[in-house]
Amino acid sequence: MSYLEYNVARTPSGLRKVLAMNWALTITVAAVAALGLLVLYSVAGGSMRPWAEAQMQRFALGLAAMFAVAMIPIWFWRNVSALFYALGLILLVLVEVIGSSGGGAQRWIDLGFMRLQPSELMKVTLVMMLAAYYDWLPPSKVSRPQWVLVPVLLILLPVALVVQQPDLGTSLLLLMGGGAVMFIAGVHWAYFATVVAAGVGLVTAVLKSKGTDWQILQDYQYRRIDTFLNPENDPLGAGYHITQSKIALGSGGLTGRGFMQGTQARLNFLPEKHTDFIFTTLAEDFGFAGSLSLLALYVLIVAFCVWTALKTKDRFASIVSLGVGVTFFLFFAVNMAMVMGLAPVVGVPLPLVSYGGSALLVLMVAFGLVQSAHVHRPRLPGEGQLLRR
Amino acid sequence: MKRNPQEALLSARGISRRAAVLGGLQLGVAGLLTARLAKLQLDGGQEFRLLAEENRINVRLIAPARGLIVDRNGVEIAGNEQIYRVSVIPDDAGDVEAVIAQLRGLIRLDEDRLAKARREMARSPSFVAVTLAERLTWEELSAVALNAPALPGITPEVGLSRVYPRHDDFAHVVGYVGRVSDRDLERDTTDDPLLRVPQFQIGKTGTEQAMEASLRGRAGSKRIEVNAAGRIMRELDREPGISGRDVVMSIDAGLQNFTQARLGSESASAVVIDCRNGDVMAAVSAPSFDPNLFVQGISQPDYDVLRENDHRPLHNKIVQGLYPPGSTFKMVTLLAALAAGEITPNETVWCGGSTRVSGRRFHCWKRGGHGHVALNESLRESCDVYYYELAQRTGIERMAAMARKLGLGIRHDLEMTSVSEGLIPDRAWKRKRRSEEWVVGDSLNASIGQGFVLASPLQLAVMTARLSSGLNVSPRLVRSIDGAAQPSGVQGTLDIPRSHLDLVRRAMYDVVNSPRGTAGRSKFDLSGVKWSGKTGTSQVRNITAAERARGVFRNEDLPWDRRDHALFVGYAPHDDPRYAVSVVVEHGGGGSKAAAPVARDIMLYALHGGVPPLEAYPSGQRGEAEERLGALRLAPVAPAGGGRTRA
Repeated sequence: MSYLEYNVARTPSGLRKVLAMNWALTITVAAVAALGLLVLYSVAGGSMRPWAEAQMQRFALGLAAMFAVAMIPIWFWRNVSALFYALGLILLVLVEVIGSSGGGAQRWIDLGFMRLQPSELMKVTLVMMLAAYYDWLPPSKVSRPQWVLVPVLLILLPVALVVQQPDLGTSLLLLMGGGAVMFIAGVHWAYFATVVAAGVGLVTAVLKSKGTDWQILQDYQYRRIDTFLNPENDPLGAGYHITQSKIALGSGGLTGRGFMQGTQARLNFLPEKHTDFIFTTLAEDFGFAGSLSLLALYVLIVAFCVWTALKTKDRFASIVSLGVGVTFFLFFAVNMAMVMGLAPVVGVPLPLVSYGGSALLVLMVAFGLVQSAHVHRPRLPGEGQLLRR
Repeated sequence: MKRNPQEALLSARGISRRAAVLGGLQLGVAGLLTARLAKLQLDGGQEFRLLAEENRINVRLIAPARGLIVDRNGVEIAGNEQIYRVSVIPDDAGDVEAVIAQLRGLIRLDEDRLAKARREMARSPSFVAVTLAERLTWEELSAVALNAPALPGITPEVGLSRVYPRHDDFAHVVGYVGRVSDRDLERDTTDDPLLRVPQFQIGKTGTEQAMEASLRGRAGSKRIEVNAAGRIMRELDREPGISGRDVVMSIDAGLQNFTQARLGSESASAVVIDCRNGDVMAAVSAPSFDPNLFVQGISQPDYDVLRENDHRPLHNKIVQGLYPPGSTFKMVTLLAALAAGEITPNETVWCGGSTRVSGRRFHCWKRGGHGHVALNESLRESCDVYYYELAQRTGIERMAAMARKLGLGIRHDLEMTSVSEGLIPDRAWKRKRRSEEWVVGDSLNASIGQGFVLASPLQLAVMTARLSSGLNVSPRLVRSIDGAAQPSGVQGTLDIPRSHLDLVRRAMYDVVNSPRGTAGRSKFDLSGVKWSGKTGTSQVRNITAAERARGVFRNEDLPWDRRDHALFVGYAPHDDPRYAVSVVVEHGGGGSKAAAPVARDIMLYALHGGVPPLEAYPSGQRGEAEERLGALRLAPVAPAGGGRTRA
């Protein structure tokens, strides 16, 4: 809709689109993925199997997906956002049904060549749906209560389904990611202040209620909170992961113990060393220098998403780009905070590095959307000289 | 819809502003992460590297010894034994198949177990140890240990495993333990790290499951030194943890063993309760099985044999078997009618063999009828028509209330798996469950323990204990936990007038001791101690007209699974009740023939504290009794002294 005001003909066509992509973003993403493969190789004790090789194939697939998505105009993606969102919800319900009839918690649907986790898919479709919604809604109405309620429901619906699975990490990411998109769209800050205040109040109430008659959580849930706050008290039980993970991180020092020299990972002191806790291996092998480089690359990726968002001037395109950036940011920030003992252990992988297909593919598709926004951004006269016929 | 440029500009400006705020926040968080990284890696680097070096020293959990389960006299029912096993870590072994081939030269390997191990290896990461062989002899273990250099990745291990020295006797009561399954982990709320120790066993059924929290104990730990490849070099020290607490059952292992043997291969169940404190002295479901099979992981053929047996050995008939109580229910009807004032002891009812109520004919078991019947004869000779009359006068609600007062239709809280509630029907139940109104015919059926009424052998024993003692007895299966006595099962007296109970008890005495009683052949006299009881025969189904035409009139002519259930409840001594017993023999035929003699032998054993003396039997039955008792294969019972395996 809003594109009609611009001269669409100015956007490149055909293979020129490839040249017009956000190459800075592409290169940083590839760099992070390469670093990830290196770590997977190290975790497997210096072997491409079982993880690095499979992950490489998936990254190739993801790269192809990103290019494919980038070639398709961003307004097409806007038009199918609602459809994708509905599809995502249906898949979530479906996995619930299959999972419960199978007798255990199942989070994925088997596609033959890979297992698709609908909850991962939802991370990008939710951002698209919200962006499309705010593109449709006149900016002047954004902060009216009834128009705030709609996106809140759009967020809570998948969150409720994911919590059911149960997958606390993903539902938290969806919640925070959705909230961030609402913030970007310009919802009045007072709403956010209220939610933050209520959250702080709830946490205080939960902690204060321990041991009283109106105790809110079960005893074992309090034990988990205690473990998070003082992992040293339970070094063999649930605190084990965190303690070992901190030891691995810390022992890396400034320059690390050297590629494949980390003992924590090699001797299997680390849990989930190829998935959620992979950052510890990297930190152990490459030290502060390596960890900081990864963090810097991550920040760069987010910055390139923001760059695209600010360049495009189109409401849907810029909200999507910023939304993808924020979701990506939440991914790595939550994972790193968890590994470093700053946040409780909830299952969130380290993006582009952790072993796992669904999360990687979904992220690459999300970056494809940013690329599409970049390629199909309206140009002012004089911009993009290189591409003129 | 074309957006006006003004609005588009505003939107872009708004987004830029928000993006700036959000970007700032993100940078802040990134800064925080950097600071944390610096603190851990730069400031704490030295200290953590030291810790990592120390981490050559690995901490492993040790499973504590599970609490023992013993009978009331200290006879071991469930204990622990040391077992030797061999496991392999595929990572260290390299070529696992080659190592297995090597191993085969040293010890016998079970192909089933190996297949299981291969599946496990395919599923789990290659650094997890997988058990290749279990329950090795000491010689086999030494052979493996001696050849360790030629067997990379192989470790011999010593562990504790549950053992049930009384074999079949306690399979249904105490149950058995098994490996922790995924479902167990899902249901667990304790977060006990022990559950994740490979080979750890937890209670799966019966008391083992119900008392899991007491029996399990707390994990110990050992510190072991590993080399750079993760191989264990030596053990540094260990902290043994806290053993599980010992549980003393109320059951007498000798009586339990005798009862199990006496029931033999019948599909039957028997319960003995101490009327004075509710102690369950024996609770048997026959046929039984050896729980040790399940601890070791039962093979499919063995399991199929148990599952396909039509006498259902896996089924716990004590608390899950539900039977129409038949005439053993008549005491309930009688007490309800007395309490309601609907009958007096001397009032007679005419039994002509049947009675007609709302157009349907209800038969007495005696086709010719009993003639004029008063209270005492009605129970002694088990006249059905008398109880049809009481049912019409009393009504189902008052009968149901009395049944519940006597412990039927309510769930008794016992440390066993799936204790059933049974069923005492009333108007509300039928409306809810069958969406039909209660009719008077239902009351008539209920009055003789047929129709909808269902009770378990345990409930029948509780009923007998209550009405014989006049006390509000509830069954108690666990006497004490680690020396702490559990509360007695008796809570006050029943609010049933003594005179009513005396009438019923007098009639029950006559059932056994009067020549005209239905169990007249099952009396005894153990140096002056006599008993009372009541027979019951509950129909599984009616003999059809077609069968009558083929000449089938008697129960014995029917195939086994269509014959009547035989029941008997009794207590002794008759004048000062100590023990109450209930026996149900599935498809046994008549209660007086199939159940009462069994109950008598069990009761005599309980009273005498051993195999009953022949003098207790009526003089004409002694030869038969000698033969019967002599044929029983009983296991010796000795209290566990130094034989306790705690290791």
